[in-house]
This record gives sequence, C-alpha cells and structure tokens, in this order.
Amino acid sequence: MPIITRILDFLAAIGRAAIGLARATGSLAIFAATAVLNIVLPPYFPSEFGRQLIRMGYFSLPVVGLTALFTGGALALQIYSGGSRFNAESVVPSIVAIGVVRELGPVLCGLMVAGRVGASIAAELGSMRVTEQIDALVTLSTSPMKFLVAPRVLAGTLALPVLTGIADIIGVLGGYLVGTGRLGISPGNYIQNTVDFLTAGDIVSSLVKGAVFGFIISVVGCYQGYRSGRGAQGVAQATRNAVVTASILILAANYLLTEVFFSA
Amino acid sequence: MTTPKIEMRGVAKAFGPKEVLRGVDLRVAKGESCVVIGGSGTGKSVTLKCIIGLVSPDRGRIEVDGRTLDSRTRQAFLRQFGMLFQGGALFDSLTVWENVVFRFRHGADRLPRGKARDLAIDKLRRVGLEPGTADLFPAELSGGMQKRVGLARAIATDPAVIFFDEPTTGLDPIMADVINDLIREIVVEMGATAMTITHDMSSVRKIADRVAMLHQGVIQWSGPVTEIDRSENPYVHQFVNGLPKGPIAAIR
Repeated sequence: MPIITRILDFLAAIGRAAIGLARATGSLAIFAATAVLNIVLPPYFPSEFGRQLIRMGYFSLPVVGLTALFTGGALALQIYSGGSRFNAESVVPSIVAIGVVRELGPVLCGLMVAGRVGASIAAELGSMRVTEQIDALVTLSTSPMKFLVAPRVLAGTLALPVLTGIADIIGVLGGYLVGTGRLGISPGNYIQNTVDFLTAGDIVSSLVKGAVFGFIISVVGCYQGYRSGRGAQGVAQATRNAVVTASILILAANYLLTEVFFSA
Repeated sequence: MTTPKIEMRGVAKAFGPKEVLRGVDLRVAKGESCVVIGGSGTGKSVTLKCIIGLVSPDRGRIEVDGRTLDSRTRQAFLRQFGMLFQGGALFDSLTVWENVVFRFRHGADRLPRGKARDLAIDKLRRVGLEPGTADLFPAELSGGMQKRVGLARAIATDPAVIFFDEPTTGLDPIMADVINDLIREIVVEMGATAMTITHDMSSVRKIADRVAMLHQGVIQWSGPVTEIDRSENPYVHQFVNGLPKGPIAAIR
C-alpha cells in the first residue's frame, strides 16, 4: 500500500473519531437540554420524582457515608504524617476540613453515586428499552422523557447536594475521630480549628459541585440507558458507558468549578 | 367508497443501506381485524411502529380516519389506541393493577386510586385473571399471564384501535389458543379496528377478517382470511403451507 494512502487512512480514522466525539457530545447536550425543558414544563409526575429521590438520595447514604468517614480518617493520618516533617501537625483539622469540604466530599460522593445510581439508571432504562417498555409508554400517551428522564434528573440534581453536605460532615467527623483518638489532638481544639478555618464559600462551592455532579450523573445515566442497544450486550455497554462518562465528566467539571470558585 | 380507519400509502423506511419497507400500501376498514403476516425480519414490526410514530417513515403517507398522521394528530390517535406488545412490555416497577390502568393513574383522565383499582380488576377479570393477581408484580407472573395483563392494559380505555404484536410468541399451543380466542372475542365485543402482526397461522385463522402478506418491503397479497388457503400467490402459498421451496428464500 502506498505511503500516501496509509497517511490518508490514518487521517481519516482521526477525522471519524473526532466527528463521532462531536456527534456524541452534541447528542448528549441536546438530550440534557430536552431533559431540563421537560422538568420545567407540565405535566409533572411527583410520585415518580419522590420515588427517585428516595432511591438516589436515601439509599446512597450508607455508601457515601462510609466512603467519607474512611477518607476523612485517612486524610487526617496523611496530613499528620506529612506535616510532622515540618512541625506542622496542628494544621490537621483545618486541612482535613478544606480537603474534605472543597474537594474530596463532593468528588468522592459524585464518583460513588455515579457507580451506584448512574449505573442503575442506565441498566434500568436500557432494559426498559430492550423489553419495549419505553415504546409502551409512548402508546399510552406518556412521554418517556417526562415520565422517566425528568424525575430522575431533577431527583439527582437535588439529592446530590444533600448527600455532599452529609459526606462533608461525616468526612470531617472521620478526621476528628482519628485526630482526637489516634493523634492526640484535643477535641475542643479540633472543632475550633475546623470551624475557624472553613468559610461559607467553601460550603457553597461544595454544594454547588454536588448539584452539578448530580445533574451529570442522572443525565448521562438516562442518556445511555435511553439510547441503549438491543440485547444484554447493549444494556451492559450502556451501563459501562454511563459510569465511565459520568466519572470523567465529574472530574473535568470539578476542575472547572474549582477554577471558578477558587482561582482568584 | 367508505374512508378506511387506517390507510398506508407508499410507506418506505430504510435503516442505513437496508430497505425494510419499500412502499407499503394497506387499508384497514373500521371494525375490521387485519392480520399482517410475513417471515421474521420482513418489516412487520416496523410497519406498526410507523403508524404509532415510534419510527418515522422516509416517505409515504399514513392516514387515520382520512386524516394524515403528524405529531399533533398522532397524539389524538394514541388516545383512542391500545397495544399488546410481543413480550407484554409491562412496567416492572408497577403492580399488575397499576400497569392495567396506567393511563388512568398518569394521564389526563386521571381516576382516584380506588376507582382505578376497581376498573383494573374488571379488566383483569375480562381477560380471565383472578382479582388476586392485581397486587402482584409482572415478574411474579407466567408468560401467558403477562400476555393477559398486557391485553387488559390494551383494552383498559375501550380503544377504537388495537394493535397486537406477535400475540402468541413464546406461548404453548393451548395458551396461544386461549389468547387468540380472547383477542377475537374482545375485538368483536368492542367493535374495535384491530391490526395484528404474526407468523403464527393458527392466530391468523382465529383472529383475522383480512390478511396482508408482507415480503421484500411491500404487501405481496391481501384478501379475506377465507381466501388465504385458495390463494395462488406464490408467496402466500409457500408461507401458509410452510414450504422450504418457493420465492421466499429460507435464509434471509
């Protein structure tokens, strides 16, 4: 094969991938915009919204809480061990608080919920697609975007900030337990340092990140499930794509939001 | 000539390079039970999905009561419509009774919970199911029971048009016969216009007033069910008699 043909084939492959990525991004953006429109415009399905809120929020509490607890504890140990080289053990409470509230709380909460809820949304909607339940909704004069997607996206966007707030508290508690129990910091000092160092901006940024991550997880999960291919393989692929895409988007969005909140 | 309830004119649909429908022409009179037959992969389901709006045809026209179906008229059509899906397509997260009266729990004609449940039990009785099944979930039912629940859901609003997608697929012959009898009874009793797609000839003989044979994306033959065995159309002859030799290739 002539070298020029190989180069052209290589360029064509890059072009195809770029067009595919642009198409997928556009398609996801249109899906997200349609979901938002369907949240705002009637009819509404409050019982479906309530069911999703409990499923996404309440049932995610154990996994989010345990992750935050152990991460806060581990962070306290790491900061103590690293800080002791500079005689800076006293910064443990403040750095645990900043690390958990600004970064680890929202990001870990987002990633854990992406694995638990994003995957479950994609698998559920994917199997509904495969078994024609989504088609059945259309024949029953019910928009699947309104009945399936809008309640999930709204529930995800509202549940994640609450979960993030709880993860922040439990994460700081994890640091407190290790700091006071293992590292000999007095409980009064630990709490005082934490409270003094945290600002309202830290907490607001954490909750905003949570809301954005919740939106990402639910939109990506719904998008992948709704457009799932046929058969078990199609559902499996939708589930995998939902977790991978949501995780990458969460990390990218986290960087952008950190720039917005803390770059100045 | 009276206006047909459903009319398809030159409906074509391709998926990529594959032309599934190449110009389907079909008329279904009001109150008639039309069965579309054809082998697997010949576009029977796509034909139904074009009418419902789940698939957009590339060309051609679909009319209901003489009015072309577009996004607005299709909503009005769907309000007088019921469908039994091949696998039942019952909502896993809802109980049987909530499935049956889904329209009355979530649509514009919302009924109070108690009334809706009573209506669901009436419809379940009509399809031969005990009231005790009302509170079960679809996963707790056998395949035949799921079909019956699907049928109850399809007739819940006393629709003017009912579609049946492979109603007996996956059922044993006795249960298939029961479902066929039920479909025939219900369609006659309600005076509904019915369109069924199947490749099960016992269903065809039980359900159909009129039969249309779809092959290679067009209707190859259409006529009263009483004439199907006498038809000299080579496609119909081969299909009805299940012959391996003929114009329909055994491997498609």
